[in-house]
Amino acid sequence: MLSRTAENLYWLARYVERAEYLARTIDATLRVTALPAAYIGKTNEWDSALLTAGVAASFYQTYEEANEHNVVEYLSFSPNNPSSIRNCIEAARLNSRSVRTALTSEMWDTINSAWIELQEVWSKGTSTREDLAKFLRFVQETSLRFDGSAYRTMLRNDAYWFSRMGVHIERADNTARILDVKYHVLLPEEEHVGGPLDFYQWSSILRSVSALTAYHWVYRETLKPWLIADLLILNDTLPRSLASCYGNLVRNLDQIGVAYGRQGPAQRHARGIRNRLEHSNMNDIFQHGVHEFIQEFIADNSRLGEIITKQYLI
Amino acid sequence: MAVAFDEMNIPGGDLRPAYQELARWLKETPAEALEYRRQEAELLFRRIGITFAVYGDSESTERLIPFDVIPRIMSGKEWALLERGLKQRVRALNMFLRDIYHGRDILRAEVVPDDLIFQNPVFRPEMNGQQVPHDVYVHIAGIDIVRVDAEDFIVLEDNARTPSGVSYMLENREIMMRLFPDLFARHRVAPVERYPDELLAALRSVAPQSASGEPTVALLTPGVYNSAYYEHSFLADKLGIELVEGRDLIVKNNEVFMRTTEGVKRVDVIYRRVDDDFLDPLTFRPDSVLGVPGLMSAYAAGNITLANAVGTGIADDKAIYSYMPDIVKFYLGEEPILKNVPTWRCREPKDLAYVLDNLSELVVKEVHGSGGYGMLIGPAATKATIEAFREKLKREPEGFIAQPTLALSTCPTCTASGLAPRHVDLRPFVLTGSKSTTIVPGGLTRVALKEGSLVVNSSQGGGTKDTWILDE
Repeated sequence: MLSRTAENLYWLARYVERAEYLARTIDATLRVTALPAAYIGKTNEWDSALLTAGVAASFYQTYEEANEHNVVEYLSFSPNNPSSIRNCIEAARLNSRSVRTALTSEMWDTINSAWIELQEVWSKGTSTREDLAKFLRFVQETSLRFDGSAYRTMLRNDAYWFSRMGVHIERADNTARILDVKYHVLLPEEEHVGGPLDFYQWSSILRSVSALTAYHWVYRETLKPWLIADLLILNDTLPRSLASCYGNLVRNLDQIGVAYGRQGPAQRHARGIRNRLEHSNMNDIFQHGVHEFIQEFIADNSRLGEIITKQYLI
Repeated sequence: MAVAFDEMNIPGGDLRPAYQELARWLKETPAEALEYRRQEAELLFRRIGITFAVYGDSESTERLIPFDVIPRIMSGKEWALLERGLKQRVRALNMFLRDIYHGRDILRAEVVPDDLIFQNPVFRPEMNGQQVPHDVYVHIAGIDIVRVDAEDFIVLEDNARTPSGVSYMLENREIMMRLFPDLFARHRVAPVERYPDELLAALRSVAPQSASGEPTVALLTPGVYNSAYYEHSFLADKLGIELVEGRDLIVKNNEVFMRTTEGVKRVDVIYRRVDDDFLDPLTFRPDSVLGVPGLMSAYAAGNITLANAVGTGIADDKAIYSYMPDIVKFYLGEEPILKNVPTWRCREPKDLAYVLDNLSELVVKEVHGSGGYGMLIGPAATKATIEAFREKLKREPEGFIAQPTLALSTCPTCTASGLAPRHVDLRPFVLTGSKSTTIVPGGLTRVALKEGSLVVNSSQGGGTKDTWILDE
């Protein structure tokens, strides 16, 4: 397939995944900040939301301080924030148009209908909490529909694999960023003064990666920070964990390698990251330093993006 | 202006045979039901994303072309005549191009004046002596046809460069079949759906000799911001070929390749929807980022077929148009089946004088214009507009032609106040491959939705209709 087509498919999937993640982040932050101050302590949750979205630096060029109003606006609607939900949806639609021939009609319809629907939201904004909640739900549903239609209608060939790789690289990046911002509340018990404050932080983290229920099914325990870290980093049964994302990336890259009859640096690099995740346990990671581990992962993950681009997309 | 010929109603109250069943159906169908399906059609168009861009329109960069749900119907007999005429016309266009870029018999015979060719910016000296496979220059032609009476078909314009609109022909039919299955059940409408297959077969048949047994065809688009982008992606999809942009292609050793995830792959035939000027920055406009550097040298080396060929503009130029009846006779020795609109060539002093005296009754067109821009419709224009145009015309008479204002035929059309006659034209698409010329029965009917308006261009408020050829 054309390199440009593969690139568009890959980025299309990333944009949709990112839009969903932003919607979840805003949603989770709204929940935490709705609690009485005594439950959440002094941290500015809106500042954290900017950090996990990776746009804090650009935000503070325009705004003095982060609050619900300006962060929701910046993350959702701002045309000036290249990673706002709005820009993700716009970019997704533009990418879809330029690779229409590689999309199934169901995928196109999902993106195009969402884009049409959201034109009104862009022009009017959301004036009430209810409107905002509806909007955030709509974005998440769009991503689910997109994913579902890709899964159910695409041929299992390179087009599908490139699109899946976009999903998994973006997802791994998102999960890692939450961990990076929140690692301090995830330190093991003995090093940590746990309190009611953290409970809400923990559930908020899980909620932003839609893993709250999953946690209970996997561990059958009350929320414990190191188990949350274990779930998000190493548990490959959770679709948003780093381990699961890398299991999928390695598989997709192998499928491409087989179809093209050759392997390359992307396959090797992805396997390297996966092996590290497979052979780690939480104890080692805590000893090594969660923060350092996550920082390394984020760098490695974005390096994989670059290698894939070089090997296939240009 | 005379009363227009209506394709459904005969003055006095009778109906033309092709429309009888439709008229019965319309009588049985309540207006609300029609309106409801009209809205549904619009929704479908928007969801599928069948949009076009209007240049210079900042408000919305993507717009829908209004779709009128009342089909335009022609009998099989009428079509048979039109089909013969179209094939004849396109054969002549191809022979004319071959001649212009080789022996130039027609210039020597003084049928067409030299300067109309050599001083014409759409004449491409690069094509002199260049062989094109099977001597086909115009693989895809869109010939704009109008009617003024029950007997004749008149060519309004030949489009031999990169004619667009065929996606509307196909999508209009799809949507009509979805929305009006009952109406289809009551007619025998000739299908149009094999167009993509015939197009692909035609394109493959003209692959260069150096191509492999299974020639690779690609569609070259200027990109997502082009007004016809939807059509490009639609056709690439239906043909099952790659939709490429200039940056996807590279030329190495006079061969054209596309960049793929598995390395480069040779391309043999390019169905290009990029104008000559932008094809190759090394040969034509150096500022073009839409083209492929080196494409023309690969073309000259005979390693790539471009469809349509470079330089076909010289055949559909409005200045050449008036010579078409003579061109048909010159190459084929036949009387033209399709008529031409009588045309005054403003470059000729006698004609210019006549045009200047009769501006308020004539349509004056720029020789190199398209899309309905830059033309004067005398009967509809204000005095001031006419006077301004008169000055333009005097300054540069060779840039214009003039024609009588035709009373284009009308068809019943949905309007705010119910069904009413509106003016229409027709663009059938003529495909020429190595062996044959084919036309799927139908085409794109464009309709001027404003009462009395004669401008059917989508950029100026025109809509489209499904075109039915009855298979009797």
